[in-house]
Amino acid sequence: MAKSNKPIVWGLFAAGGTITAFLTPVMIFVTGLAVPLGIMGPEVLAYERIHDFVGNWFWKLVLFGIIFFSLWHAAHRFRITMHDFGVRADGVVAKLSYSLAALGTISAIFLLLRI
Amino acid sequence: MSGKAYIREMPKTTWWLSHSRYRRYVAREVTCIPIGIYTAVLIWGLMRLSQGALAWEGFLGALNSPLSILFHLVAFVFAIVHTISWFNVTPSAMRVQIGEDFAPGAVIIGVHYAGWVVVSLIVLFMAGV
Amino acid sequence: MSERQVEVEILRYDPETDQAPKLQSYSVPCQEEWVVLDAITYIKDHIDTTVSFRWSCHMAVCGSCGMMVNGEPALSCKSFLRDYPDKIRIEPLAHFPIVRDLVVQLDDFMEKLNRVKPYIIPKEKKSVSDGQHKQSPAQLKAFNQYTLCINCTLCYAACPQYGLVPDFIGPAAMALAHRYNLDSRDGGRDQRQEVVATDEGVWECSFVGACSDVCPKQVDPAGAIQQMKIASTVDWYKEHLMPWSKP
Repeated sequence: MAKSNKPIVWGLFAAGGTITAFLTPVMIFVTGLAVPLGIMGPEVLAYERIHDFVGNWFWKLVLFGIIFFSLWHAAHRFRITMHDFGVRADGVVAKLSYSLAALGTISAIFLLLRI
Repeated sequence: MSGKAYIREMPKTTWWLSHSRYRRYVAREVTCIPIGIYTAVLIWGLMRLSQGALAWEGFLGALNSPLSILFHLVAFVFAIVHTISWFNVTPSAMRVQIGEDFAPGAVIIGVHYAGWVVVSLIVLFMAGV
Repeated sequence: MSERQVEVEILRYDPETDQAPKLQSYSVPCQEEWVVLDAITYIKDHIDTTVSFRWSCHMAVCGSCGMMVNGEPALSCKSFLRDYPDKIRIEPLAHFPIVRDLVVQLDDFMEKLNRVKPYIIPKEKKSVSDGQHKQSPAQLKAFNQYTLCINCTLCYAACPQYGLVPDFIGPAAMALAHRYNLDSRDGGRDQRQEVVATDEGVWECSFVGACSDVCPKQVDPAGAIQQMKIASTVDWYKEHLMPWSKP
């Protein structure tokens, strides 16, 4: 009955939950709804504008933070949800979920450095 | 005690259907799926952005498709469910003791909603409203 | 005083003769101010003396009469018939083995409660001549809410994680661990952490919150567990990133 190592992922889950609670709705609106629904003009997502924005080191870090914590929040919650739905192989689900989050993390780092 | 104690089985997959409280819990938990997928979409967008203007235009075109709009609408709803359920539980997870009393839950939740509005307005302003 | 005929279904189980529990129906003439416990008592006194159930104070302070009333964990002495329709189903508390009728085996809870060391473990040994522990009203208020637990185990019946994972230490036991951790007279948090900062302790909890919903004393065990999760996470980072710092 040793002390658990769950605090690692739970800390990320909690931070991610807070960040997504504040930011995800408006981000979904701006990136995925505003322009297609005609609420905002297409210049909002113009290549030069977005490329300059993401090219800025400060915003690069901010974006990475949002993506990183969102990934680990979703991964941990997904693991718990699978358990709630009766999937007993928690070890497998955990490895799968956290691997996906790790993959997303590495991809984000790689891509942000390229831009 | 003679005779066997009887152990009632709990249905491992469908237990949550039996009560509205558990259904609401599951609705909250599954918000992680659309939020996870949306985060993947963001990463995909970064990839297209890194590949140049043409690739980015392709990505924007895909965002204009009915499937993408539908997904983002659904994701938006689930994101709101997550926001509301997260804010609602903060008073019990983090109690703020001021002197002898605790800050009322409504105040703590209210501060979160206020912050949410401010943050959302900032993002909208940056986007170019 | 008006009367209402209420059909009360009770899940019966006789360990010596039954293979499985069965619902049995009784028609009970109920007074309007009665609680569910009064209806069950009437059944035992006038209709069927074989019905077994626990009760004691009849005023929601002893925690003995927990049962499932129409599928919801409740104290039968606190469930007013006026809040229910003409048909009520009463079953023993969920997630516990049924001993007989409405009596469940609570040994698992008792063992877990004992495991969390629910008593003051002083920081230093104090003799009587050293005087009393002094505690300000603010210090008392910090943990007071968690002292209100009456060990009725409605929270265990409501908690799906306890139902799915029998090793889970559970809401009430952990709310009580938290009560002592928050008490300024106590110095035993490290010992309790060995028990609750484990996979079957706070980390099995997924914050469903059903426990706090059904608690008749507004203890909010769910909140207690989340607070312990946060404290345990801070501890973990301190231990692993700053091993030189004292806990």
